[in-house]
Amino acid sequence: MNPYEIRKLFPILDQEVNGQPLVYLDSAATSQKPAAVIEAIEQYYRGYNSNVHRGVHTLGTKATDAYEGAREKVRKFINASSTEEIIFTRGTTTSLNTVARSYGGANVKEGDEIVISYMEHHSNIIPWQQLAKEKGAVLKYIPLQKDGTISLDDVRATITDATKIVSIMQVSNVLGVINPVKEIAKIAHEHHAVMVVDGAQSTPHLKVDVRDLDCDFFAFSGHKMVGPTGIGVLYGKKELLEKMEPIEFGGEMIDFVGLYESTWKELPWKFEGGTPIIAGAVGLGAAIDFLEEIGLDNIERHEHKLAAYAMEKMSAVEGLTIYGPKDAEKRAGVITFNINDVHPHDVATVLDADGIAVRAGHHCAQPLMKWLDVSSTARASFYLYNTEEDIDKLVSGLVKTKEYFSNVF
Amino acid sequence: MSFDNLDTLYRQVIMDHYKKPRNKGMLEDGSMTIDMNNPTCGDRIRLTMKIEDGKVSDVKFDGDGCSISMSSASMMTQAIKGKDVDTALAMSQTFSLMIQGKEYDDEIDLGDIEALQGVSKFPARIKCATLAWKAMEKGLKE
Repeated sequence: MNPYEIRKLFPILDQEVNGQPLVYLDSAATSQKPAAVIEAIEQYYRGYNSNVHRGVHTLGTKATDAYEGAREKVRKFINASSTEEIIFTRGTTTSLNTVARSYGGANVKEGDEIVISYMEHHSNIIPWQQLAKEKGAVLKYIPLQKDGTISLDDVRATITDATKIVSIMQVSNVLGVINPVKEIAKIAHEHHAVMVVDGAQSTPHLKVDVRDLDCDFFAFSGHKMVGPTGIGVLYGKKELLEKMEPIEFGGEMIDFVGLYESTWKELPWKFEGGTPIIAGAVGLGAAIDFLEEIGLDNIERHEHKLAAYAMEKMSAVEGLTIYGPKDAEKRAGVITFNINDVHPHDVATVLDADGIAVRAGHHCAQPLMKWLDVSSTARASFYLYNTEEDIDKLVSGLVKTKEYFSNVF
Repeated sequence: MSFDNLDTLYRQVIMDHYKKPRNKGMLEDGSMTIDMNNPTCGDRIRLTMKIEDGKVSDVKFDGDGCSISMSSASMMTQAIKGKDVDTALAMSQTFSLMIQGKEYDDEIDLGDIEALQGVSKFPARIKCATLAWKAMEKGLKE
């Protein structure tokens, strides 16, 4: 794949920021959108906007077909068995909260354990904290190795027969590490716990197969994988979803409504109360088409290459610390770093003056920041439209940042 | 790179306060302690103040953050030390207007703090500059 050709498909990248060509290195926060996705959403609103699963009119049928067609695309994309297992949500956060409240609410009791890791995003920490508090359950953290990876020995030592839920991110939004979620799922199942995978940072970058991972739930967001914001997915194994109660009640999700009792639709609609995010689903479908045309394998290879190149170039900058594993093969296209004596906000402001967009802060992972013993970091994250030239600009921007701050002092 | 533009943000006096913060630490005999975070970025500040006869008789700050948040804290403590509570609150009002790029009453002399005026051109950094002031306001209004 040629990232220079791919770039041209993303209209937003063709602009100047602060008088410099935009170098977008914040895709782990949100990815940019190709014209194909923007147009699919526009076509929906211009051509067939209508509510789904109601009414008999033609536009309604078109909208329903597009919405359910997107569900089938998602099913294929993550290799689920059936579209009954694909629930559209607002994003990864909503998906994880749904598992915590519905499955956790019914299955976690006092003294039970919920296992997560130190590297989790807040969205994969707080729903479990709340659940543990409510139920009197114990929240346990799998520790990290020195290089920020998870060892299976630690997983085995943390998960016990009292563990009911294990929830781990597949790819870290800070360290870039790819976690062995398939192996962790196996250990969880040996103890009859369910395995939840936070796929927010993996689905954009590598081929996901939920049946191969044998996870029980898998959550991800559209906006990190060239799709729109406001749409996400919760995958769940059918036999689990069937037994679970909805957490939102209202229109769309009902079968029969009486004065004092109601019944729910079948899967997946019983979890989709209210008018769904139709345009978002259409956009997500277009995003999946786009990614599959390029090929997730190609995207993953491109990112490994960029990560290796960036690790090499950035390691050469004196006074720069990179967090996480040094081996580029172990990581996705995310590099979190700090420069001696320059606060990450200041790094980000100076880079921004050069048209380079990076993230600075705690990356919604305060427990991990504590583990790294830093209050915040800067992060550059790469995607299919980034090039080695972007990394060269980043590195020269970092050198200039150092110079600038040594001069003003 | 447009360093000229950056120079309006990173003024010499700001970097001086960042590198050599004034009133850094904790008051042993402070009468109030206020902790405040900037949840979007992880900056945090602990402000200890001693209020006597309606005046801020002593103040210190401790914390962790970027050049803008820490220099702003340093300058703020310097500015309010020895001032009436009402004057300190009025300065905070003026500062808030200045930092947002709005018109403000220049009768109140902010001294060094006016160097932070450039922050108004960097909307993403306004919250950095206001952290210490918000902590001070919270403490004095209680």
